[in-house]
Amino acid sequence: MTDTEKTAPEAAPAPEAEAAAVPAPEAEGLDARLVVDRGDFRLDVALTAGPGDVVALLGPNGAGKTTALRALAGLTPLTSGHLLLDGTELDDMPPESRPVGVVFQDYLLFPHLTALDNVAFGPRCQGATKAQARAQAAVWLERMGLADHVGARPRRLSGGQAQRVALARALATGPRLLLLDEPLAALDARTRLEVRAGLRRHLAAFEAVAVLVTHDPLDAMVLADRLVVIEEGHVVQEGTPGDVARHPRTDYIAHLVGLNLYQGQAEGHTVRLDTGPVITTTEELSGPVFVAFPPGAVTLYREKPTGSSARNLWRGEVAGLETHGDQIRVDVTGELRLAADLTTLAAAELGLHPGAPIWATVKAAQTHAYPA
Amino acid sequence: MTRSPRRTRRMLQVAGAGAAALLALSACSSSDSGSDTGSDSAKAGSSDSSASSSSKLSGAVTVFAAASLKESFTTLGKEFEKEHPGTKVTFNFGGSDSLAAGITGGAPADVFAAASPKTMKIVTDAGDASGTPATFVRNQLEIATLPGNPDRISSLKDLTRSGLKVVLCDKEVPCGAAVQKALDASSLKLTPVSYEQDVKSALTKVELKEADAAVVYKTDVKAAGDKVEGVEFPESADAVNDYPIALLKDAPNAGAAKAFIELVSSAEGQKVLTEAGFLKP
Amino acid sequence: MRARGRRAPVPLPLLLPALIGLAFLVLPLIALLVRTPWSSLPEQLASTEVWQALRLSLVCATAATAVSLVIGVPLAWLLARVDFPGRGLVRALVTLPLVLPPVVGGVALLMALGRNGVVGQWLDSWFGITLPFTTAGVVVAEAFVAMPFLVISVEGTLRAADPRYEEAATTLGASRFTAFRRVTLPLIAPGIAAGAVLAWARALGEFGATITFAGNFPGRTQTMPLAVYLALQSDPAAAIALSLVLLAVSVAVLAGLRDRWMTAT
Repeated sequence: MTDTEKTAPEAAPAPEAEAAAVPAPEAEGLDARLVVDRGDFRLDVALTAGPGDVVALLGPNGAGKTTALRALAGLTPLTSGHLLLDGTELDDMPPESRPVGVVFQDYLLFPHLTALDNVAFGPRCQGATKAQARAQAAVWLERMGLADHVGARPRRLSGGQAQRVALARALATGPRLLLLDEPLAALDARTRLEVRAGLRRHLAAFEAVAVLVTHDPLDAMVLADRLVVIEEGHVVQEGTPGDVARHPRTDYIAHLVGLNLYQGQAEGHTVRLDTGPVITTTEELSGPVFVAFPPGAVTLYREKPTGSSARNLWRGEVAGLETHGDQIRVDVTGELRLAADLTTLAAAELGLHPGAPIWATVKAAQTHAYPA
Repeated sequence: MTRSPRRTRRMLQVAGAGAAALLALSACSSSDSGSDTGSDSAKAGSSDSSASSSSKLSGAVTVFAAASLKESFTTLGKEFEKEHPGTKVTFNFGGSDSLAAGITGGAPADVFAAASPKTMKIVTDAGDASGTPATFVRNQLEIATLPGNPDRISSLKDLTRSGLKVVLCDKEVPCGAAVQKALDASSLKLTPVSYEQDVKSALTKVELKEADAAVVYKTDVKAAGDKVEGVEFPESADAVNDYPIALLKDAPNAGAAKAFIELVSSAEGQKVLTEAGFLKP
Repeated sequence: MRARGRRAPVPLPLLLPALIGLAFLVLPLIALLVRTPWSSLPEQLASTEVWQALRLSLVCATAATAVSLVIGVPLAWLLARVDFPGRGLVRALVTLPLVLPPVVGGVALLMALGRNGVVGQWLDSWFGITLPFTTAGVVVAEAFVAMPFLVISVEGTLRAADPRYEEAATTLGASRFTAFRRVTLPLIAPGIAAGAVLAWARALGEFGATITFAGNFPGRTQTMPLAVYLALQSDPAAAIALSLVLLAVSVAVLAGLRDRWMTAT
């Protein structure tokens, strides 16, 4: 287990991967322009990522996320564009020859094979003997905490276990590009938290490029270093999760990626963020956690509120204002960088303008904390 | 309820005519003058279907006849209708055994013309015939060889040569029984490659050049045109097949039925039948 | 899969036609049993020709099924998984033997594979192989008639099976063939078994194409249905006895296979 690896989503690429680079640094990682024409739908997406990067493709249903993923895997041919991975052109390479691993949305574990043989399938196809492949598979399953389930058929595995077997199966081929299609969508809410934390650790430890597709902004923000938001086959915005949340470029993104997300150490009902401030939460936790609250949960004041019961009170200043429909998203810097949503009327009453000093509060009941 | 088995049989018969037409058509590909049989079968099929639509007309005669009589009886049926305007002759051609089974089972027919006394006996034994059946033609066996007789077959004994692919009718069907009689009479032992289920199948094997020779009826060789070559053999005299014809007891139209039997036995009828290869009784 | 616990009542509009359907299928068999000359049965079955025909039937039907599996399963895969121009037409062609009267099928086989056939003449002159009037010919005729059942059944199973399992296999480095062999084949095994049983049953009862293409010779090409048909010409009692043997054997085999294979999933 790689429990010691606690890289934050916004962490820099793993340094050891860059140290291992022999060819020119710019050749490392993924450099792709994916164009897929399918009659009434056209996908045109440029994607670049360095080794150790985790990129999330975020977008509504039908935006072309899965098509992009399939194009990367070679399951859907490119109409045009290019696809370079570690300097090698993959455009015309059949899927079985690509150093790409895929975790499918519903995992697609082979129902007639045990967990062990599912994971051993890849190494077997790469020429390992049955015994070697099984030995490798056993190591992977142990790393996933599934040593007790090697002999189980997929039907007997829980959703979370199946997800980890699928991840082990994809990683066992030693891919240079790991693709995850809605990796948490098939799970119920409770397992989801647990699996998300596990997946985050494995992705952080993964030294090559990982691309995940999701329609869930929280998954994207927790798991990825960088978001690429796709709408109708085109990239509408990309950047770090915080950037995208604070400066959404379209109404859709403002609506979707409205989330303030922080990492810190919990102790009882308080979470001390790595950057200093403290947030009070309703959940009682200890150890490394994520804390999140939506921009709509933030209330802004020009003067320090006196009668407010909110314990989460921070001082800052307006860094930017953006209008989305009848909402205004305010980028607040200061003790705690956050995004706040106000109605246009409320913004006018407050007389907000960039540089204006401000007090922000969030009720504890509107925050969410969960283990990282 | 008595109509339904009859209708079924008629459908089968039409289907059979279609299959025969297909056989004949497909046989055309290997020989260029097979169109005679093809059009004949087609004609038989169409005349039958038109007959069935008007079978309610008074003066309809239903004739159950052995399959080998198809060509000649169809011709005679047309002549009969011409001579007696207002009448309509409907045929049901098929294997004599199944026709006999149909008659004893209550199928409404006026006339039964069988390919062997044995099958006629089934009907007379059941008391379904009116009067004594009369033999109206005889059929003799003949060897059917490939066109031009490349294996130079001239006798029944030649068929026992090794390397020669001969097909016979199964002993259970009339032509096979007749062949067996001829072989027994001349003390010959003949091992064919196949015992076919009926005489047409045996002939088809030669027409398609799958077999080198078959022992079939003279009428079949004649009907096949030049797709096969007939070789007569003396032993066939020992196995001549009599074709009996009888008026049926429950004939719905006994008058017209009698007239048709008379036509078959008349000089005019015999001319048509001998042209098809039958022998006079 | 046995129903357990409380059962909902079966609606009459379904039950009634279902029972009529059952009676329709079973009645002729019961009639056959009723009319069987039981007293003379032992005597009828004492003949070696009966057992010879039965053995030949079983051997040929099994061989025809094996042939159908070897070439029919890949054909079904092609139809289900590869999008090529004219696929609809090819699918129609594959099912043609189902609608073709078997006798015509036999004639068509003669024209294709006979001594003088389009392909058969080369088989004869190059390899000295002639199929008509041989046991191999019986297998060919039966496979021709039976294979469409297998192909249709397997294709249906393949279409119902998730093609993404094959994709998952290719992303793990499996070639398309390996994916088919190691993933698809085990997944559709129940469908293949069902198709094989259908094909076997059809081959066992095959008459028209067999007698037309392979002829009828005891011990070599005379299968049970041929023996039954010819017995029917002169001795219906013997025909019934033979049919009974064929029925008993096929029911025994099908019941055995059903328990072992068809309820596997």
